[in-house]
This record gives sequence, structure tokens and C-alpha cells, in this order.
Amino acid sequence: MARAATTADAFNAVAEPRRRQILDVLADGERPVNDLVQALGLAQPQVSKHLRVLREVGAVDVRDDGRRRVYRLNGHALKPIHDWVKGYERSWSERFDQLDIVLAELNQKEEGNGSGE
Amino acid sequence: MAVASSGTARVTLPTDEQILIMREFDAPKHLVYRAWTTPELVKRWWHANRGEMTVCEIDLRVGGAWRYVMVVDGGFEVAFHGEFREIVPNERLVSTEVYEGIPDAEELAALDILTLTEVNGRTTLTILVEHPTKEGRDAHISSGMEDGMQDAMDLLEQVAGSLR
Repeated sequence: MARAATTADAFNAVAEPRRRQILDVLADGERPVNDLVQALGLAQPQVSKHLRVLREVGAVDVRDDGRRRVYRLNGHALKPIHDWVKGYERSWSERFDQLDIVLAELNQKEEGNGSGE
Repeated sequence: MAVASSGTARVTLPTDEQILIMREFDAPKHLVYRAWTTPELVKRWWHANRGEMTVCEIDLRVGGAWRYVMVVDGGFEVAFHGEFREIVPNERLVSTEVYEGIPDAEELAALDILTLTEVNGRTTLTILVEHPTKEGRDAHISSGMEDGMQDAMDLLEQVAGSLR
């Protein structure tokens, strides 16, 4: 796939499966580049490209540890995605709250029938 | 978790094309299934407090159609329909879902897989929504965002009303 110019937004950054994989690995704690290369099974230049995109949107931070570069997740940058899904989640939550009311009534009716028999 | 109230829905995005919705209910699965598939009952919860359901048709058999129409507070109408593909009473319901408000709606139909699992009289409900494309999936979630916006507008209206 041709590499399109990456706009600096979290949605674009996580649209790539490999980048999501990097975030998953980093969710367990900070890791040096070599670990990421191993975990993903990609060549280092490719991993570095993905890391650069993630850095541009702030999804990962990097620090130097001697001669190693160590990456860590910055969850705050992914908040827009979280918020985006939250809106949808809220509409389902409210729908289910209504369903709770209906179910409580059905439960009651059923128990009523049971004791009446 | 020993809670009487059932809590909020959990929504995750397992792949680029999917949405997974999960929620636990304090009721056995046959009642959840009944509430899910009986039009008079669906009309009482599907609106999510955002309007009134004006049409709720459910022809519950494989190949049968369903159609939901809701007039959202504020006046606009949203309509969905689909066809049942697989039915295992009280356990599993597979259907297509078409949002009528978009061009080429039929081709962009999602597949909804409802699963009900009961443990100790409580039911875990999951809905896996599979869209043919990531764009379709994203548009679907964004429509929830509009709902959120609608909430905000309602709240704003209340606040504004109280200032009169």
C-alpha cells in the first residue's frame, strides 16, 4: 500500500494494525526499540517509521537510556478515540437502562406466575 | 461483582470493521430474548429516552424482516431495517442492519450477532456488529456521537429554560 501523508491525529495513527500492535506491547510497560522489533517481527526501519507516526501524535514518548531508545505509551493522546467511542457507548447504556425496567417487570410477572401455580 | 444494578454498556472495537457491545442484565436469558424480540416491549426501551418509536415490526423467522423507526426529540426521523439470518431462541440472533438514511444503504448493511449467556439467573448480552468497511463502522459509531450531542443540546435547553 502506498504510504499516504500522515495527518497528525490519533485516529490516523491507530488506523494501522502494526501501530496498534506497538501500542498493545507498550501497554505492558516501556520497551526499547529492539524489543518492539522482535515483538512485531518487522525490520527495524519499518518499526521506526511506525514509531515516528505515533510520536507525532503524542501516542508514545521516547527517552534515551544510555545508548538505547526506550518508548512508552502516552494514553492521554488517545483520549479523542476513547471519547468518540464513549458517545456511542452512552447511547447504548441508556437504551439498556430502559431495558432493565422492562426486564424487572417481566421478572416480577414470571415470579408472580410461579408462586400462583 | 455483586451489584443489583447492571451497569453501563461496554463498547470495544475488536477489528477495524467491528463493534462489540456488552452488558449484563439481572434477568434470565429467555426474558432478555423476549424483551428483545417482542415489538410492544422493544418499543419501551429501544428509544433510549431520545424520542418515540413509531414503527416496530419484527417478523421473527429466518428470512423474516424487521424495521424500526424512531422520531427523535427535535423532530427528525431515523429508520433501520434488516433481515433475520439465524435464530436460536433465547440464545442467538443473527440479522442484517441497514440504516435507511444513507445512499447505497443496502450494500453497506451491517451484520448483527446477538448472543445471550446466562449464569445464575443473570444474562450477559453481547452484540457483535460487523460492517463491510471501516468507513461504515466509523460512521455507525459517529452516529452515537450525534446522540451524545443531542443529549448535550437537551441539557442546554433545560438550562436555558430555567434561566427564563
